[in-house]
Amino acid sequence: MKTDELIKTLGADAKATAMPLGKMWLMVLTFAAIAAAVVFFMTIGMRPDFMQAMQTIRFLFKFVFTGTLAITAFVVLRMLAMPGAPAGKYGRWLFVAPLLMAVAVVLELFAMPSGDWGKRLMGNNMMICLAFIPLIGLVPLAALLVALKQAAPTRPVLSGAVAGLLAGGLAATFYAAHCTDDSPLFVATWYSLAIAALGGVGALMGRFFLRW
Amino acid sequence: MAGMNEAELARLMRAATAGDERAYAEFLRGTAAIIRGFARRKIVQGGVDPEDVVQETLLAIHLKRHTWRQDAPILPWIYAIARFKLIDSFRRRGRRVEVAVDDFAETLAEPEQETVSERDIGRALDGLPPGQRSVVSSISVDGNSIGETAQKLGMNETAVRVALHRGLAAIAKRFGRG
Repeated sequence: MKTDELIKTLGADAKATAMPLGKMWLMVLTFAAIAAAVVFFMTIGMRPDFMQAMQTIRFLFKFVFTGTLAITAFVVLRMLAMPGAPAGKYGRWLFVAPLLMAVAVVLELFAMPSGDWGKRLMGNNMMICLAFIPLIGLVPLAALLVALKQAAPTRPVLSGAVAGLLAGGLAATFYAAHCTDDSPLFVATWYSLAIAALGGVGALMGRFFLRW
Repeated sequence: MAGMNEAELARLMRAATAGDERAYAEFLRGTAAIIRGFARRKIVQGGVDPEDVVQETLLAIHLKRHTWRQDAPILPWIYAIARFKLIDSFRRRGRRVEVAVDDFAETLAEPEQETVSERDIGRALDGLPPGQRSVVSSISVDGNSIGETAQKLGMNETAVRVALHRGLAAIAKRFGRG
Protein backbone atom coordinates (compact mmCIF):
# COMPACT_ATOMS: atom_id res chain seq x y z
CA MET A 1 0.00 0.00 0.00
CA LYS A 2 1.34 3.41 -0.92
CA THR A 3 1.27 6.23 1.60
CA ASP A 4 -1.14 8.23 -0.58
CA GLU A 5 -3.48 5.26 -0.67
CA LEU A 6 -3.30 4.98 3.09
CA ILE A 7 -4.11 8.68 3.50
CA LYS A 8 -7.15 8.31 1.25
CA THR A 9 -8.24 5.28 3.28
CA LEU A 10 -7.87 7.09 6.60
CA GLY A 11 -9.84 9.97 5.14
CA ALA A 12 -12.67 7.58 4.27
CA ASP A 13 -12.69 6.51 7.92
CA ALA A 14 -12.75 10.10 9.23
CA LYS A 15 -16.32 9.84 10.49
CA ALA A 16 -15.46 7.08 12.95
CA THR A 17 -14.60 8.87 16.18
CA ALA A 18 -13.65 7.58 19.58
CA MET A 19 -15.09 8.72 22.89
CA PRO A 20 -13.54 12.01 24.06
CA LEU A 21 -10.94 11.43 26.78
CA GLY A 22 -12.72 13.57 29.38
CA LYS A 23 -15.87 11.52 29.13
CA MET A 24 -13.89 8.29 29.16
CA TRP A 25 -12.06 9.23 32.37
CA LEU A 26 -15.30 10.25 34.04
CA MET A 27 -16.81 6.88 33.18
CA VAL A 28 -13.85 4.81 34.22
CA LEU A 29 -13.34 6.68 37.50
CA THR A 30 -17.00 6.27 38.38
CA PHE A 31 -16.79 2.59 37.59
CA ALA A 32 -13.56 2.20 39.58
CA ALA A 33 -15.06 3.90 42.64
CA ILE A 34 -18.18 1.75 42.49
CA ALA A 35 -16.15 -1.43 42.02
CA ALA A 36 -13.94 -0.55 44.99
CA ALA A 37 -16.98 0.28 47.12
CA VAL A 38 -18.68 -3.01 46.27
CA VAL A 39 -15.65 -5.10 47.22
CA PHE A 40 -15.11 -3.03 50.37
CA PHE A 41 -18.67 -3.23 51.71
CA MET A 42 -19.10 -6.87 50.70
CA THR A 43 -15.99 -7.89 52.63
CA ILE A 44 -14.62 -5.83 55.52
CA GLY A 45 -16.86 -2.73 55.62
CA MET A 46 -16.51 0.29 57.86
CA ARG A 47 -15.26 0.12 61.43
CA PRO A 48 -18.08 0.25 64.02
CA ASP A 49 -16.80 3.42 65.70
CA PHE A 50 -16.53 5.32 62.42
CA MET A 51 -18.42 8.39 63.67
CA GLN A 52 -16.29 8.78 66.80
CA ALA A 53 -13.13 8.20 64.81
CA MET A 54 -14.14 11.14 62.58
CA GLN A 55 -13.38 13.38 65.55
CA THR A 56 -9.70 12.39 65.62
CA ILE A 57 -7.03 14.03 63.56
CA ARG A 58 -5.07 10.82 62.94
CA PHE A 59 -8.09 9.09 61.42
CA LEU A 60 -8.90 12.05 59.19
CA PHE A 61 -5.31 12.40 58.06
CA LYS A 62 -5.44 8.93 56.53
CA PHE A 63 -8.00 10.22 54.05
CA VAL A 64 -5.97 13.32 53.36
CA PHE A 65 -3.01 11.09 52.47
CA THR A 66 -4.85 8.51 50.36
CA GLY A 67 -7.10 11.11 48.72
CA THR A 68 -4.15 13.33 47.81
CA LEU A 69 -2.34 10.37 46.34
CA ALA A 70 -5.34 9.33 44.24
CA ILE A 71 -6.00 12.84 42.94
CA THR A 72 -2.39 13.64 42.08
CA ALA A 73 -1.95 10.24 40.43
CA PHE A 74 -4.98 10.96 38.26
CA VAL A 75 -3.62 14.36 37.22
CA VAL A 76 -0.39 12.70 36.08
CA LEU A 77 -2.11 9.74 34.48
CA ARG A 78 -4.31 12.01 32.41
CA MET A 79 -1.17 13.62 31.00
CA LEU A 80 0.58 10.32 30.38
CA ALA A 81 -2.40 9.20 28.29
CA MET A 82 -1.82 12.00 25.76
CA PRO A 83 1.30 11.88 23.57
CA GLY A 84 3.50 14.93 23.92
CA ALA A 85 1.59 16.28 26.94
CA PRO A 86 3.83 17.75 29.67
CA ALA A 87 3.57 14.73 32.02
CA GLY A 88 6.96 15.53 33.57
CA LYS A 89 5.80 18.96 34.65
CA TYR A 90 2.82 17.45 36.45
CA GLY A 91 4.83 14.50 37.73
CA ARG A 92 6.18 16.46 40.68
CA TRP A 93 2.66 16.56 42.15
CA LEU A 94 3.17 12.90 42.99
CA PHE A 95 5.52 14.01 45.77
CA VAL A 96 2.80 15.88 47.64
CA ALA A 97 1.24 12.86 49.34
CA PRO A 98 4.59 11.37 50.50
CA LEU A 99 5.65 14.81 51.78
CA LEU A 100 2.45 15.21 53.77
CA MET A 101 3.04 11.76 55.19
CA ALA A 102 6.64 12.59 56.10
CA VAL A 103 5.45 15.62 58.05
CA ALA A 104 2.80 13.52 59.81
CA VAL A 105 5.37 10.89 60.73
CA VAL A 106 7.69 13.49 62.24
CA LEU A 107 4.83 15.00 64.25
CA GLU A 108 3.82 11.55 65.47
CA LEU A 109 7.38 10.80 66.57
CA PHE A 110 7.39 14.04 68.56
CA ALA A 111 3.95 13.41 70.04
CA MET A 112 4.52 9.83 71.16
CA PRO A 113 7.13 8.46 73.57
CA SER A 114 9.71 6.36 71.76
CA GLY A 115 8.62 3.27 73.69
CA ASP A 116 5.28 3.33 71.81
CA TRP A 117 6.73 3.72 68.32
CA GLY A 118 7.16 0.02 67.63
CA LYS A 119 3.65 -0.86 68.76
CA ARG A 120 2.12 1.92 66.71
CA LEU A 121 4.11 0.95 63.66
CA MET A 122 3.09 -2.71 63.76
CA GLY A 123 -0.54 -2.06 64.73
CA ASN A 124 -3.10 -4.87 64.71
CA ASN A 125 -4.15 -5.00 61.07
CA MET A 126 -0.95 -5.32 59.12
CA MET A 127 -1.94 -8.45 57.21
CA ILE A 128 -5.48 -7.23 56.54
CA CYS A 129 -4.06 -3.98 55.23
CA LEU A 130 -1.58 -5.74 52.95
CA ALA A 131 -4.27 -8.07 51.63
CA PHE A 132 -7.26 -5.77 51.24
CA ILE A 133 -5.78 -2.66 49.69
CA PRO A 134 -4.54 -4.66 46.68
CA LEU A 135 -7.76 -6.67 46.63
CA ILE A 136 -10.00 -3.59 46.59
CA GLY A 137 -7.75 -1.91 44.03
CA LEU A 138 -7.48 -4.74 41.55
CA VAL A 139 -10.65 -4.15 39.52
CA PRO A 140 -10.11 -0.36 39.49
CA LEU A 141 -6.57 -0.97 38.21
CA ALA A 142 -7.83 -3.24 35.44
CA ALA A 143 -10.41 -0.61 34.44
CA LEU A 144 -7.77 2.12 34.36
CA LEU A 145 -5.52 -0.01 32.16
CA VAL A 146 -8.36 -0.66 29.73
CA ALA A 147 -8.99 3.09 29.61
CA LEU A 148 -5.29 3.79 29.04
CA LYS A 149 -5.28 1.43 26.09
CA GLN A 150 -8.05 3.48 24.47
CA ALA A 151 -5.82 6.51 24.89
CA ALA A 152 -2.21 6.68 23.71
CA PRO A 153 0.37 6.29 26.51
CA THR A 154 3.84 6.57 24.97
CA ARG A 155 5.38 5.39 28.25
CA PRO A 156 3.48 2.16 28.96
CA VAL A 157 5.40 0.99 32.04
CA LEU A 158 5.30 4.35 33.78
CA SER A 159 1.63 4.82 32.87
CA GLY A 160 0.80 1.40 34.29
CA ALA A 161 2.65 2.21 37.50
CA VAL A 162 0.82 5.51 37.95
CA ALA A 163 -2.48 3.75 37.24
CA GLY A 164 -1.49 1.39 40.07
CA LEU A 165 -0.88 4.34 42.40
CA LEU A 166 -4.29 5.77 41.52
CA ALA A 167 -6.00 2.42 42.09
CA GLY A 168 -4.01 2.05 45.33
CA GLY A 169 -4.96 5.53 46.55
CA LEU A 170 -8.60 4.82 45.81
CA ALA A 171 -8.53 1.41 47.47
CA ALA A 172 -6.69 2.78 50.52
CA THR A 173 -9.28 5.54 50.89
CA PHE A 174 -11.92 2.87 51.36
CA TYR A 175 -9.69 0.66 53.47
CA ALA A 176 -8.88 3.56 55.80
CA ALA A 177 -12.54 3.63 56.85
CA HIS A 178 -12.18 0.07 58.08
CA CYS A 179 -8.79 0.06 59.72
CA THR A 180 -8.40 0.96 63.40
CA ASP A 181 -4.69 1.62 63.14
CA ASP A 182 -4.60 5.36 62.66
CA SER A 183 -0.99 6.15 63.50
CA PRO A 184 0.94 7.75 60.64
CA LEU A 185 3.69 5.25 61.45
CA PHE A 186 1.37 2.40 60.49
CA VAL A 187 -0.08 4.16 57.45
CA ALA A 188 3.31 5.28 56.15
CA THR A 189 4.60 1.72 56.30
CA TRP A 190 1.84 -0.71 55.42
CA TYR A 191 -0.45 1.42 53.29
CA SER A 192 2.55 2.51 51.24
CA LEU A 193 3.69 -1.06 50.81
CA ALA A 194 0.26 -2.22 49.67
CA ILE A 195 -0.13 0.73 47.30
CA ALA A 196 3.37 0.17 45.92
CA ALA A 197 2.43 -3.44 45.22
CA LEU A 198 -0.43 -2.21 43.03
CA GLY A 199 1.98 0.19 41.37
CA GLY A 200 4.27 -2.73 40.60
CA VAL A 201 1.45 -4.82 39.17
CA GLY A 202 0.39 -1.81 37.10
CA ALA A 203 3.90 -1.34 35.72
CA LEU A 204 4.14 -5.00 34.79
CA MET A 205 0.71 -4.99 33.15
CA GLY A 206 1.62 -1.79 31.35
CA ARG A 207 4.70 -3.42 29.94
CA PHE A 208 2.72 -6.18 28.26
CA PHE A 209 -0.79 -4.87 27.86
CA LEU A 210 -0.42 -1.20 26.94
CA ARG A 211 0.74 -1.60 23.37
CA TRP A 212 -1.04 0.31 20.62
CA MET B 1 3.39 20.92 1.90
CA ALA B 2 6.73 19.97 3.40
CA GLY B 3 6.88 23.15 5.40
CA MET B 4 3.53 22.95 7.13
CA ASN B 5 3.80 24.52 10.55
CA GLU B 6 2.24 24.19 13.96
CA ALA B 7 -0.54 26.72 13.46
CA GLU B 8 -1.49 25.35 10.06
CA LEU B 9 -1.61 21.74 11.20
CA ALA B 10 -3.59 22.61 14.30
CA ARG B 11 -6.07 24.59 12.22
CA LEU B 12 -6.50 21.71 9.77
CA MET B 13 -6.98 19.17 12.55
CA ARG B 14 -9.56 21.36 14.26
CA ALA B 15 -11.41 21.69 10.97
CA ALA B 16 -11.14 17.93 10.47
CA THR B 17 -12.59 17.28 13.91
CA ALA B 18 -15.49 19.54 12.97
CA GLY B 19 -16.13 17.29 9.96
CA ASP B 20 -14.10 18.84 7.12
CA GLU B 21 -12.76 15.81 5.22
CA ARG B 22 -10.64 17.80 2.82
CA ALA B 23 -8.88 19.48 5.75
CA TYR B 24 -8.24 16.06 7.23
CA ALA B 25 -6.61 14.76 4.05
CA GLU B 26 -4.48 17.88 3.90
CA PHE B 27 -3.52 17.45 7.55
CA LEU B 28 -2.49 13.85 6.92
CA ARG B 29 -0.38 14.80 3.90
CA GLY B 30 1.36 17.56 5.83
CA THR B 31 1.91 15.25 8.77
CA ALA B 32 3.27 12.51 6.49
CA ALA B 33 5.90 14.92 5.18
CA ILE B 34 6.93 15.84 8.71
CA ILE B 35 7.18 12.23 9.87
CA ARG B 36 9.08 11.29 6.72
CA GLY B 37 11.70 13.90 7.52
CA PHE B 38 11.83 12.75 11.12
CA ALA B 39 12.13 9.06 10.23
CA ARG B 40 14.86 9.67 7.64
CA ARG B 41 16.87 11.68 10.14
CA LYS B 42 16.53 9.04 12.85
CA ILE B 43 17.08 5.90 10.79
CA VAL B 44 20.75 5.91 9.98
CA GLN B 45 21.24 2.18 9.55
CA GLY B 46 19.28 -0.14 7.30
CA GLY B 47 16.69 -2.61 8.47
CA VAL B 48 13.81 -0.23 9.01
CA ASP B 49 12.22 1.49 6.03
CA PRO B 50 11.35 5.10 6.92
CA GLU B 51 8.18 4.87 4.83
CA ASP B 52 6.94 2.00 7.02
CA VAL B 53 7.34 4.26 10.04
CA VAL B 54 5.48 7.02 8.19
CA GLN B 55 2.56 4.71 7.49
CA GLU B 56 2.37 3.17 10.94
CA THR B 57 2.52 6.61 12.55
CA LEU B 58 -0.23 7.93 10.27
CA LEU B 59 -2.41 4.98 11.17
CA ALA B 60 -1.76 5.54 14.89
CA ILE B 61 -2.44 9.26 14.56
CA HIS B 62 -5.71 8.47 12.84
CA LEU B 63 -6.88 5.96 15.43
CA LYS B 64 -5.68 8.07 18.39
CA ARG B 65 -6.65 11.51 17.16
CA HIS B 66 -9.03 11.91 20.10
CA THR B 67 -5.95 12.10 22.36
CA TRP B 68 -5.01 15.49 20.96
CA ARG B 69 -6.54 18.35 22.93
CA GLN B 70 -7.63 21.18 20.68
CA ASP B 71 -5.93 23.78 22.87
CA ALA B 72 -2.61 21.91 23.04
CA PRO B 73 0.23 22.28 20.52
CA ILE B 74 -0.04 19.62 17.83
CA LEU B 75 3.58 19.13 16.75
CA PRO B 76 4.72 17.66 20.11
CA TRP B 77 1.77 15.29 19.85
CA ILE B 78 2.73 14.21 16.33
CA TYR B 79 6.41 13.78 17.20
CA ALA B 80 5.63 11.82 20.38
CA ILE B 81 3.57 9.33 18.38
CA ALA B 82 6.19 9.16 15.62
CA ARG B 83 8.94 8.49 18.17
CA PHE B 84 6.85 5.80 19.84
CA LYS B 85 6.22 4.08 16.50
CA LEU B 86 9.84 4.41 15.42
CA ILE B 87 11.09 2.70 18.58
CA ASP B 88 8.38 0.09 18.15
CA SER B 89 9.49 -0.73 14.65
CA PHE B 90 13.17 -0.94 15.64
CA ARG B 91 12.21 -3.33 18.40
CA ARG B 92 10.04 -5.41 16.11
CA ARG B 93 12.65 -5.49 13.37
CA GLY B 94 15.30 -6.64 15.82
CA ARG B 95 13.12 -9.53 16.85
CA ARG B 96 12.09 -10.42 13.34
CA VAL B 97 15.69 -10.63 12.17
CA GLU B 98 16.37 -13.22 14.87
CA VAL B 99 13.32 -15.22 13.93
CA ALA B 100 14.02 -15.03 10.24
CA VAL B 101 17.26 -17.01 10.55
CA ASP B 102 15.32 -20.28 10.83
CA ASP B 103 13.38 -19.54 7.69
CA PHE B 104 16.37 -18.41 5.78
CA ALA B 105 16.71 -21.45 3.54
CA GLU B 106 13.05 -21.34 2.63
CA THR B 107 13.25 -17.68 1.85
CA LEU B 108 16.19 -18.26 -0.43
CA ALA B 109 14.42 -21.01 -2.31
CA GLU B 110 11.45 -18.80 -3.10
CA PRO B 111 11.59 -16.61 -6.18
CA GLU B 112 12.21 -12.94 -5.58
CA GLN B 113 8.79 -11.30 -5.59
CA GLU B 114 9.02 -8.48 -3.15
CA THR B 115 7.98 -5.18 -4.63
CA VAL B 116 9.04 -1.76 -3.52
CA SER B 117 5.54 -0.68 -2.60
CA GLU B 118 4.86 -3.77 -0.47
CA ARG B 119 4.86 -2.13 2.94
CA ASP B 120 4.28 -3.68 6.32
CA ILE B 121 0.77 -2.28 6.32
CA GLY B 122 0.12 -3.94 2.98
CA ARG B 123 1.27 -7.24 4.44
CA ALA B 124 -0.89 -6.73 7.51
CA LEU B 125 -3.82 -6.10 5.19
CA ASP B 126 -3.40 -9.61 3.82
CA GLY B 127 -3.83 -11.00 7.31
CA LEU B 128 -7.28 -9.48 7.84
CA PRO B 129 -10.47 -11.55 7.82
CA PRO B 130 -11.84 -11.68 4.23
CA GLY B 131 -14.75 -9.28 4.87
CA GLN B 132 -12.57 -6.52 6.27
CA ARG B 133 -9.83 -7.16 3.76
CA SER B 134 -12.07 -6.73 0.73
CA VAL B 135 -13.48 -3.48 2.12
CA VAL B 136 -10.09 -2.00 3.08
CA SER B 137 -8.40 -2.97 -0.17
CA SER B 138 -11.33 -1.74 -2.25
CA ILE B 139 -10.89 1.68 -0.68
CA SER B 140 -7.11 1.79 -0.38
CA VAL B 141 -5.71 -0.10 -3.35
CA ASP B 142 -8.59 0.26 -5.82
CA GLY B 143 -9.34 3.81 -4.71
CA ASN B 144 -13.11 3.38 -4.40
CA SER B 145 -15.28 5.55 -2.19
CA ILE B 146 -17.40 4.20 0.64
CA GLY B 147 -20.45 4.30 -1.65
CA GLU B 148 -18.73 2.54 -4.56
CA THR B 149 -17.38 -0.11 -2.22
CA ALA B 150 -20.84 -0.70 -0.78
CA GLN B 151 -22.24 -1.15 -4.28
CA LYS B 152 -19.43 -3.38 -5.46
CA LEU B 153 -19.59 -5.68 -2.44
CA GLY B 154 -23.36 -5.58 -2.05
CA MET B 155 -23.23 -4.16 1.47
CA ASN B 156 -24.85 -1.10 2.96
CA GLU B 157 -22.67 1.93 3.65
CA THR B 158 -22.82 1.58 7.42
CA ALA B 159 -21.49 -1.97 7.22
CA VAL B 160 -18.69 -0.77 4.93
CA ARG B 161 -17.76 1.98 7.41
CA VAL B 162 -17.74 -0.47 10.30
CA ALA B 163 -15.63 -3.01 8.41
CA LEU B 164 -13.21 -0.29 7.32
CA HIS B 165 -12.74 1.02 10.84
CA ARG B 166 -12.36 -2.44 12.34
CA GLY B 167 -9.93 -3.40 9.60
CA LEU B 168 -7.75 -0.38 10.25
CA ALA B 169 -7.84 -0.99 14.00
CA ALA B 170 -6.88 -4.63 13.42
CA ILE B 171 -3.94 -3.63 11.22
CA ALA B 172 -2.71 -1.22 13.88
CA LYS B 173 -3.07 -3.88 16.53
CA ARG B 174 -0.84 -6.28 14.64
CA PHE B 175 1.98 -3.77 14.88
CA GLY B 176 1.44 -3.05 18.51
CA ARG B 177 1.66 -6.71 19.42
CA GLY B 178 4.88 -8.29 20.58
